[in-house]
Amino acid sequence: MASIPLNECCYRLNHLDKSWDIETYMANGGYEVWKKVLAGELTPQEIIDEVKASNIRGRGGAGFPTGLKWSFMNRYAPGPKYILCNSDEGEPGTFKDRDILRYNPHQLVEGMMIAGYVIGANTGYNYIRGEFWEPYKRFDQAVQQAYEAGLLGKNILGSGWDFDLYTHLGAGAYICGEETALIESIEGKKGQPRFKPPFPASFGLYGRPTTINNTETLASIPMILAKGGKWFADLGVPGAGGTKIFSVSGHVEKPGNYEIRMGTPFKDLLALAGGVWKGRKLKAVIPGGSSTAVLPAEKALEMNMDYDSIAKAGSFLGAGSVIIMDETTDMVKALDRLTWFYYEESCGQCTPCREGTGWMHRVVHRIYTGKGRPEDIDMLKDVSGKIMGRVICGLGDAAAIPVASFLEHFEHEFRHYIEHGCSIYDRA
Amino acid sequence: MIKIEINGQIVEAHEGDMLIDVADEAKIPIPRFCYHKKLSIAANCRMCLVEVEGAPKALPACATPVTDGMKVHTRSPKARAAQKAVMEFLLINHPLDCPICDQGGECELQDVAFEYGNDVGKYSEAKRVVPDHDVGPLIATDMTRCIHCTRCVRFGQEISGLMELGAVGRSEWMEITTYVGKSITSEISGNIIDLCPVGALTSKPFRFKARAWEMVAHPSIAAHDSLGSHIEVHTYQDKVMRVVPRDNEAINETWLSDRDRFAYEGINSQDRLTVPLAKSKGQWDEQEWEDALNQTVELLKPHLNNPDTVGVLVSPNATVEELYLLRKLLHAHGVKDIETRLRQIDFRLDEAAGKPVAPGLVNTLPEIEAMESVLLVGSNLRYEIPLLNLRVRKAQLEGARVRVLNVADYPFTFDLEDKVIADPQALVDTLKVLVRAAAELKGTEIPAGAEDAVVSEQHQAWAKDLVESGKATIMVGAMAQQSPLYADFVLWSARLADLTGATINVVPQSANEVGAYQVGAVPANGGNIDSMLASDKKAWIVVGIDPELDTVYGARLKQALDQADTVISLTAYDSEYLRSVSDIMLPIAVHTETAGTFVNATGDWQSFKIASAAPGDAKPLWKILRVLGNLLDMDGFDYVHADEVLEEAKAQTQSLGSVQGDLAIPARTCDKPVVLGEWSLYSVDPIVRRSEPLQKAAGAARPVVRSAIEADEIVLNTPAGPITLPNEYDESVAPGVVLVPMGLSETADVTLTDVSVAAS
Ligand SMILES: Cc1cc2nc3c(=O)[nH]c(=O)nc-3n(C[C@H](O)[C@H](O)[C@H](O)COP(=O)(O)O)c2cc1C
Ligand code: SF4
Ligand code: FES
Repeated sequence: MASIPLNECCYRLNHLDKSWDIETYMANGGYEVWKKVLAGELTPQEIIDEVKASNIRGRGGAGFPTGLKWSFMNRYAPGPKYILCNSDEGEPGTFKDRDILRYNPHQLVEGMMIAGYVIGANTGYNYIRGEFWEPYKRFDQAVQQAYEAGLLGKNILGSGWDFDLYTHLGAGAYICGEETALIESIEGKKGQPRFKPPFPASFGLYGRPTTINNTETLASIPMILAKGGKWFADLGVPGAGGTKIFSVSGHVEKPGNYEIRMGTPFKDLLALAGGVWKGRKLKAVIPGGSSTAVLPAEKALEMNMDYDSIAKAGSFLGAGSVIIMDETTDMVKALDRLTWFYYEESCGQCTPCREGTGWMHRVVHRIYTGKGRPEDIDMLKDVSGKIMGRVICGLGDAAAIPVASFLEHFEHEFRHYIEHGCSIYDRA
Repeated sequence: MIKIEINGQIVEAHEGDMLIDVADEAKIPIPRFCYHKKLSIAANCRMCLVEVEGAPKALPACATPVTDGMKVHTRSPKARAAQKAVMEFLLINHPLDCPICDQGGECELQDVAFEYGNDVGKYSEAKRVVPDHDVGPLIATDMTRCIHCTRCVRFGQEISGLMELGAVGRSEWMEITTYVGKSITSEISGNIIDLCPVGALTSKPFRFKARAWEMVAHPSIAAHDSLGSHIEVHTYQDKVMRVVPRDNEAINETWLSDRDRFAYEGINSQDRLTVPLAKSKGQWDEQEWEDALNQTVELLKPHLNNPDTVGVLVSPNATVEELYLLRKLLHAHGVKDIETRLRQIDFRLDEAAGKPVAPGLVNTLPEIEAMESVLLVGSNLRYEIPLLNLRVRKAQLEGARVRVLNVADYPFTFDLEDKVIADPQALVDTLKVLVRAAAELKGTEIPAGAEDAVVSEQHQAWAKDLVESGKATIMVGAMAQQSPLYADFVLWSARLADLTGATINVVPQSANEVGAYQVGAVPANGGNIDSMLASDKKAWIVVGIDPELDTVYGARLKQALDQADTVISLTAYDSEYLRSVSDIMLPIAVHTETAGTFVNATGDWQSFKIASAAPGDAKPLWKILRVLGNLLDMDGFDYVHADEVLEEAKAQTQSLGSVQGDLAIPARTCDKPVVLGEWSLYSVDPIVRRSEPLQKAAGAARPVVRSAIEADEIVLNTPAGPITLPNEYDESVAPGVVLVPMGLSETADVTLTDVSVAAS
């Protein structure tokens, strides 16, 4: 394995002492872009063009091109507009944004300032996962430092531009990571996705035009503008520019976050993480967070870590949360846990998801506890198929995909449970 | 207009209309639960999924705007599969307890399941059970049946303006519930019974009483406020089982107030008088109708020689036919004192106009909803006319500025732009200031009486808004109408309207208040209830009221009835009080038991037919009057149908004065503390008062005085001596104002023309 370049963008300062301090950040080129922007040296249109050229796709899971998203906003439309940062980081397997908040919060602050400037928003909110108390304090401290340095507030550096940034702590619901549920939650309502259209760009927070981006997306912006869109694009592959943070967890020797270039072979990422633990063999990989389809080892080992390659393998890059399962993994038990998660976290609003997630979990759990029936496999396929594509937001599909993919690749393990009341690894 | 194709059929539509509306218009069925034409789009039930060519997924018709050339399939395999899937999900946790569910037979879930569901369920796990909460006397909950469509929640947020229901919990544990332990208090809460597509929210009083298919539905008109909401009276074996709204965009839309919905329980009250009763030697005897009517004529005849000594007090909820025949019968004998204005104490307007000046809405309800600026004068509109309040709320939500002049800071269901809370005199003075401000703005002469007014910036803003809004109205409510300064309120409001171009709506309160004026059930001789009580009446006829409760003349009226030689009561209810003062009591039918007509607040004559049977021997009043006419040997009392009476009444309406700013009235002042009567939602008429569920509901009256006086009790002087009432210290009441709950036995002696605070 050739040496793999690491931490070129969002984590570039993480190795430094007190990397979260404004002094460290400014000593390393921090807020220079923001100052250029305020001085009029970079126009909103130039920024959008540069972001488009960087080929960055949203890091929150859907992979929507960020430059295009920003261009939906009319900067000059009268009235308030908002920039929101999604630091809810609820997807099982994902823990990359936490380390941005903890170790490089200023780069996110700068990214939000710039994004707000581009879309014409004078107010930003960073919505942080409820359990992230320490990251929340770090980020909020960074915001205070930026205010003290005169980089936030009214008439910033005499530019005539105002920007206020608020930190908002969530209360522990996965669904609040869905962008419109997040908006409802900031508004003080029950976190429930809105039906779209209208999209946030026309009817967002408090009914006003709003752009919402993931933490990693926004934290990448200052680097894209400092080094140029082309620099970023060239780090990656044609379908997706830049670096990407992969949170590797599960059965590896060195679980953790790895910021690597898009298109890096999965094998190399696995090696970075110390390989499968205990010298065991790889059985399966969930490449993009629990909502993406599980892949058997053969397929995973052939893919590279970018959208197109993972899609070709039959899954999705999602939020870049790589869950490694070794050869002893009981796939029925794994799915039992996953279905429980979605059953717990469905917002309850729309019928197929509210009723279907519980149904799927109960059947999987029945199989897992040795009470499965032969018809359960077809029933699971049927129920997951009936949820998909018939719900308001992505959670319903996210709940159905694991069920469908586990059965696609590991149906025999479920059959074994149904026939023998135990896993293929148990000596029955 | 654009064209789209649904199931191969070309349908015209407006760009951007929702697919479900376009399909409804074309009568192409699409199943739905969460969608409701009066509520915002939630798109959460997913029942309305249809196939749209070009779209990868099935789309919810309720939330999909149509575009030109769109091709839609509502019954294609893809659409069917989606619909069946959703139906299956909806049923897995539904209890399927249809045999014991009140919604059975009119359940949207049942209907849709019949068409789109499977015959066998595949789900074999334990079903969800949701605990019920007691949400009050009107609505029964069976939340295990809830399908989470959130119609009820959206109703509170969007229509009633009281967010009393919400969803808590996630996933399967999501529950529709009230705020921790609270009950539902909205004055229009019953509408969620209609909205709920399943049997989760049902009518508590109607619970387990009858099946939907056993009942007969009679179109009718609601009788407990002046709107004349369109209703359906559902009867089982000729008895009223429940009342539900009928759609009528011009009046009640699809809604109904709780008062009009649940009052029927009073119709079925045990207190109904079912046989004619006559008193002889202090004993009450049941009578045959023939005897009773003969006795009535005998009692009445001597007094008809002195017609000025006969007074008639009638419910303003009596029908046009009834009121007209009363007038015809009595005017022919020279009896002119027929009065329906039982709660008015200031009649200076009539004196100035030389004829009765009737209240009325000059704007239609859709016009009120479109107002840009509204000034409410002396009105707790929410409790007076709940559905008129809804229209003002709609206007406010669309940006209208609503300002109020009130004696108490009533909780409205919309945001007020500004308010002045003061005693009646101060409110009238404020109106004068507004008149002056408007005159200054318009550069016209300052009307006499407003010369001394001192205009502030606040007043200027109020006047300016009325002047500049293209659509502005001043609405004068019950509190103003029943105050000692009614004439001042109306005149100054009218002057303000003249100057600003706003309309003036004096809000009628009772079902046939406007009709009573038109057919002459207000004295034509310049008299009124006050003057009637001041003159020495020897005989009283009381019709359709509880005399001790339905007027604001309390002890004064009671004394008059006591002192009279003869009291003839035509009443739907037996009561101790009526027995104590009457000589004869004739049982009459209520509005659902007779054919009749009400003239509503906007002047619409709305006729209805018999819906239910009167109990026992009770008879429609118009028929009783017809026989009395014959017994008195009068011509023209040979009607066969109520229609004939109506035709005649219509042709003989009386000439009325109109609300005008140029009338001159004698000045009156109103000393503080001023005692004002307050009619709670459910004390307004004899039927409502006897509806048990309403009496248990949040809007029922309590025998407590409200004032900003720090005292536990307040003693009021009445003509029958002082009475002591508990006082609730309430800062929302203007200083110098004491609000007394009317329509209660505890306050029956309170006489608003002769009341003062003795001590506190
Ligand atoms: C159920 C659900 C949960 C989600 N959770 C997150 C989250 O925790 N963080 C996040 O950034 N995006 C999350 N998303 C994606 C957001 O809706 C949204 O697409 C994203 O924040 C947009 O940012 P991006 O364009 O920068 O990726 C979630 C989506 C769904 C459907
Ligand atoms: S109670 Fe009825 S109206 Fe309310 S959400 Fe449930 S099913 Fe819908
Ligand atoms: S009616 Fe369309 S989703 Fe409920």
